[in-house]
Amino acid sequence: MIECKNITKTYKTGTIESQVLKGLSFKIDDGEFVAIIGPSGSGKSTLMHIIGMLDTPTSGEYLLDGRDVSKFNDDQLAEIRKSKIGFVFQSFNLLPRTTVLRNVCLPLVYAGVEKSQREKRAKESLAKAGLPEEYHTHSSNQLSGGQMQRVAIARALVNDPAIIFADEPTGNLDTKTGEIVLDTFGKLNEEHNHTIVLITHEREVAEYARRIITVRDGLIVDDLLNNDRRTSMNGDNSRPAKSKT
Amino acid sequence: MKIADLLTETFSALLSNKIRSGLTILGIVIGIGSVIAMVAIGQGAQSSITSSIQSLGSNLLMVQPGMQRSIGSQVREQRGSSQTLTLADSKAIAENISSVKAVAPQVSSRSQVTAKGANTNTQVYGVTEEYASVRSVSVASGEFITAADDSNLAKAAVLGPTTAADLFGEDSDPIGQTVRINKIDFKVIGVTVSKGGSGMSNQDDVIYIPLATAQRFLTGNNYVGTINVEGVDSESLDQLSTDITDLLLERHKITDSTKADFSIMNQADIVSSMSAVTSQLTYLLAAIAGISLLVGGIGIMNMMLTTVTERTREIGLRKAIGAKRGDITIQFLSEAVTLTFTGGILGVALGWLAAYAVYKFAGVATSVSLISVILAFGVSAVIGIIFGYYPAVRAARMNPIEALRYE
Repeated sequence: MIECKNITKTYKTGTIESQVLKGLSFKIDDGEFVAIIGPSGSGKSTLMHIIGMLDTPTSGEYLLDGRDVSKFNDDQLAEIRKSKIGFVFQSFNLLPRTTVLRNVCLPLVYAGVEKSQREKRAKESLAKAGLPEEYHTHSSNQLSGGQMQRVAIARALVNDPAIIFADEPTGNLDTKTGEIVLDTFGKLNEEHNHTIVLITHEREVAEYARRIITVRDGLIVDDLLNNDRRTSMNGDNSRPAKSKT
Repeated sequence: MKIADLLTETFSALLSNKIRSGLTILGIVIGIGSVIAMVAIGQGAQSSITSSIQSLGSNLLMVQPGMQRSIGSQVREQRGSSQTLTLADSKAIAENISSVKAVAPQVSSRSQVTAKGANTNTQVYGVTEEYASVRSVSVASGEFITAADDSNLAKAAVLGPTTAADLFGEDSDPIGQTVRINKIDFKVIGVTVSKGGSGMSNQDDVIYIPLATAQRFLTGNNYVGTINVEGVDSESLDQLSTDITDLLLERHKITDSTKADFSIMNQADIVSSMSAVTSQLTYLLAAIAGISLLVGGIGIMNMMLTTVTERTREIGLRKAIGAKRGDITIQFLSEAVTLTFTGGILGVALGWLAAYAVYKFAGVATSVSLISVILAFGVSAVIGIIFGYYPAVRAARMNPIEALRYE
C-alpha cells in the first residue's frame, strides 16, 4: 500500500528554485489499477519517480506498506525497488543483443535468486505477459515493439513485485499494439491482483485504469473512479466500481 | 550479485563488442609482452655474463705480481709483468691461511706450437694438479696434469679444444700425439671440455703443461705468474684477500701496503660490477616497456569511459530494477580487470615468444623468470583496477532517472 502525505519536490538549478510538486496527498491500495494523467510539465513524471523510489521527495512523508521511505539513501532505495517494484518504460530498456530469457532474469540476478529457479520464474512471468515460448531464446533486438514491451512487462513481473509502474508504456507503440499491452495490464490486475500505476498524458490510455488521478501544475486536481473502463476486446464498460478510499 | 553471475555479465558485455574489446586487450598485450621480453633479454645478458665469469672458477682470488719500481727509478712496468711471486709464496698461502680451499699457481707464456705440419700461436700455461678444480677446467678425454707429471718434469700437454682443432683438425683424437712447444716435444695426454669465450679471451685456445716443466723449459726461472686461490665460500673472500695481502707483505718484507709488489683480484668484485651494469640495462629496458604498458592502461580507461557513456541507459535500468552502487561498480571494474587480465595472459605468451625469437634468431641469451611473469599478472590486474575504477565509479554514481532518460 502506498500512502503519500503532502509530498513536495523542488529542483535547484544554480540559484533558481522550481517547485515541481506542491504538496500531494493520496493513497493507493493493494490491487488497484491507477492511472496518473497530466500534460507534460505537470509533474507526473516526477511524482512517478518518487513513488517508484527512483528519487526522494524534498518534503512530506511517503509510506510504503506503512514504512516511511522518504529519507532513504541510494542503496536502501535500490533494495526496496528490487523486492517491491517493477518498472515498464516507454522505451522498453531491454539489454540489446541479449536473449529474452536473460533480460527477464536480470532482476533475479540482483535479487540473488538461485540460477536453477530463475529460468522457471522467467518463463512463468513471460507466460503472464503473453509472450509465446518460441520467442524466449530470441535476441531482444529481433523483436517487434509490442513483443519488446511484453518482455519488459515480464521483467517487471518476475520479482513478483507489490507494485508495477508503467511510464508511458504505449508511447512507442502503434495504437493496436498499445491496446494489447494495456489489456495485458488489465488482465494482470484482474487475474493476478497486481497493483498497477500507469503514467500517461493520453486520456484514452488512462481510461483503461479503474481510477484516474489528474495532476496539473504540481497538484492533484482530480481523483476519480473510472466506471467506464475501456478494453480493446469487447468494450465492456459494465465493470463494477471499486470503492474509493 | 554472485561471482558466477558477475562473470556471465562481464563476458557477455565484453563479447558484445568484440573488436573494441580486442583492440583494448591488444594495448595491454603489447605492454605486458614488451615488459616480459625486455626483462628476459636483460636478465639473459646478466646471467650469461655472470656465468662466463663464474666459469673461471668459483670463490676465486687471483694474486698477480704487481709493478715494482727499482730504487731511484720512476719507470713503472706493466702490472703483472714483474717477477715477485714464487712457488714458496704459493705454498705459504696454502699452509698458513685456514680459509683457503686450494691454491693453484701458474706461469704462462705465449708460444708457437707445431704438430705434424700444422702450427698455431697460443697461450701455454704451466699449471699444477689443483688448477683443474680451482679454475673449473675438466677434461673431455684423456687426463689432466697430475702431481707426478709436475715432480717428474714430464713433457705432457693438455690441449684446449680450439687448439686441438687447430693442430689436429676437427673431430680427431690428438691423445698420444706429439706437439712441439719451443722446440721441445710434448706428448698430448688430454683435451679439455669447451668453456666458451671468443677472441682475445678464448679459454679454449690454451695448452696446459706441468708447472715445473714450464719453469724449466719455457720461462727459465722459479717465479710464478698468477697464484689462483680458491676460498671456502664467497662470504670469506674479502677476509681471505686481506689475509693473503698481510702474509705476502710480511714475506716480501714490505711495510707500506701501498707499495705492495702484487695485487689481488676478487672474482666476486668482477661479477658484481658486471651485473650492476646489466641490471641497469634491465631497468632501462623495463622502463621503456613500462611506458607502453601505461599507454595500454590509458587505452583501458578510454574504452571503459566510452562504454559507460554508451551504456548509460543500461546502467539506469539496472539501478531501477534494484542494482546497488556496489553492484554497478563491481561490474564495470570486473570488465576492466578481465580485459587487462586477458591481455596479461596473452602478453606473457607473446613476451615469451619474443624472448625465444630473440634467442633463436639473434643468438642473444634470454631468460623469462617466474618473477617477471607473476609481476606482469599483478601489474595487469592493478592497471585494470586503477584505470577501471574511475569509469566504474562514474557509472555507479549515475542518477537512475537521468540515466534512463539519456539519449
